[in-house]
Amino acid sequence: MDDDRRQTETTEALLIQNIRDGNSALFHDLIRPYERRAFLVAWSILRNQEDSEDAVQQGILRIFANLGQLEDPAKFPQWAMRIVENEARMSRRRRRGALYESIDGDEDGDAEPQHVRPRQFADWRELPDEALEQSEVRSAILDALNSLPGIYREIFVLRDMEHLNVAQAAQVLDIGVPAVKTRLHRARLMMREALAPRFARPSPPLWKRWKGLNPWFAAGQ
Amino acid sequence: MVRCRTIIDRLSEYMDGEASSELRRTIENHLRHCRRCSAVYDSTRQMLVIVGDERTFEVPTGFSERLHRFIDQAIAPA
Ligand SMILES: [Zn+2]
Repeated sequence: MDDDRRQTETTEALLIQNIRDGNSALFHDLIRPYERRAFLVAWSILRNQEDSEDAVQQGILRIFANLGQLEDPAKFPQWAMRIVENEARMSRRRRRGALYESIDGDEDGDAEPQHVRPRQFADWRELPDEALEQSEVRSAILDALNSLPGIYREIFVLRDMEHLNVAQAAQVLDIGVPAVKTRLHRARLMMREALAPRFARPSPPLWKRWKGLNPWFAAGQ
Repeated sequence: MVRCRTIIDRLSEYMDGEASSELRRTIENHLRHCRRCSAVYDSTRQMLVIVGDERTFEVPTGFSERLHRFIDQAIAPA
């Protein structure tokens, strides 16, 4: 484990101990490093700022109330984010009237596919910024994230969005470094695959396509 | 000629700067000649730039302040 995380863990463990001992004002400091991540977690499920803020607040209440049950303070980040995630799911269920939620896959089918094979070969070398509004980019990314099984979404958010290093991510998820790397690689390919239809450049003219010059076309084989 | 599958499987290693110099050469050489792998590579990199950019996912203005006010009220009244 690297030194930064070790130091953070020591600080966190002390904070948690003090909060349990009754110094609840320290809860602000415990939460502060995670509030952005908490918002993203909730937002990726709820897609709406107001509901997400609400879910984060409710989740944070629950984190506080259950802090006494956290056995290993080193697991705080993962534990806390799971609580926020659950809160967001419950909120979504309430919003939808609890009808089809179970089909929607809270299960997060965590089976690991052997290989992820790219199928979309469209060329989006150019920044999609010009073609897409920021909000469209965001919702495309969230859609793609939500299409990933839980274990891949987790690792992708930690490494490629939160920028934790490999060792930190391994620590948070309680898995080995090789598993972090394998999962991350699959997650990236899945994300790319899911985003390709929305970010791809418009197809080249037909005459180019039937000459097999369009990478989409090449992919069909 | 290295198979595309081999290249695709090791792209993250390459992107994360963890490939040996030999693997790096193999991949770079392949990418120069293979349109499909280079499309996968370029778009994956592009995707990572976009999702990794803090500006793509800004939290709403005042989020943090509201959150801490909530904590003050609900958990730790001053
Ligand atoms: Zn290739």
